[in-house]
Amino acid sequence: MSERGGVEVAQEPDSRGISAIVLGHGDFAGGLVSATAQITGRGSRLLSLSNQGLSGERLEEALHAAIAASGARLVFTDLPGGSWTIAARRVQREIPSLVVITGVNLPMLLDVVYRDEGEVEELARRSAERGRSAVTVSQLSRAAGEGEGGVSGGASRGGAHVG
Amino acid sequence: MSVELFRVDDRLLHGQVVVGWGQPLDIQLIVLVDDELAASEWEQEIYRMGAPPEMTVLFETVEGAATALESYRLDPRNSIILTSDVGTMRRLVEAAGVPTVNLGGIHHAPGRTKRLHYIFLTPEEEAALLAMAERGVRVTAQDVPAARAVPLQELLASEEAR
Repeated sequence: MSERGGVEVAQEPDSRGISAIVLGHGDFAGGLVSATAQITGRGSRLLSLSNQGLSGERLEEALHAAIAASGARLVFTDLPGGSWTIAARRVQREIPSLVVITGVNLPMLLDVVYRDEGEVEELARRSAERGRSAVTVSQLSRAAGEGEGGVSGGASRGGAHVG
Repeated sequence: MSVELFRVDDRLLHGQVVVGWGQPLDIQLIVLVDDELAASEWEQEIYRMGAPPEMTVLFETVEGAATALESYRLDPRNSIILTSDVGTMRRLVEAAGVPTVNLGGIHHAPGRTKRLHYIFLTPEEEAALLAMAERGVRVTAQDVPAARAVPLQELLASEEAR
């Protein structure tokens, strides 16, 4: 069996560059990158920017600068109608190879930092899929007495066994 | 219903507008008043893509918006009228009856003085706002509904305030 020393594993991360840029409101993007770093140790693969205090024009400039500095072609934004998304779509006009994913969440980024090779389109598609499937709604069924009928209430409480 | 807000915001359509104001005011119509935007199909598409499905986004020149203002007032949907700068809003104020102006976001740029953390103004912009106020327009600064609406006089008296 091979030795899996902590040092060896810890060396792995920073060997590659920036995979993606994360754009968010307030501290959201920085928070997501910090969470990614905590979980994977690969936070340095992501670059985060906040829109705080920046005009629309400045947002575009900041994104252009981040793309130029990092070489990243994948951009995540938090809100589809947000100023970053608008700015990113404008930048996309100038850099057609740029891929923009809206509605970023943590599972998307966790996927990206482990798969930063290959086509950016494929990376984006996978990441978006991961993010989408991570959104679930879970609720325990109400107790039988609260529902309309005791039978259906009792049955749905069984969850997977309902058939 | 009514036009709920006449807003100056250099980000035009963005989170604070769509969600921050859009949700509590039940906004279903947003009119972006911008002569350049009104002439650019691809830029319009960018803004349309960003809006939630229940929200209609219209693009107008200052002239067009002034003419259509009454129809927005009579529209069953609540609306927000947006310009990206003070100059454009001043032109709208002079061309149509605008009761109030909300300063929502005018960010740092050379020549501007900080008045609030989201409002920076050049002397020309301040003069334009005062001219609007003289016409009877109530001008306040307020980025989101939960914040206090800061009256123009107080805004111009404050420097480096937060």
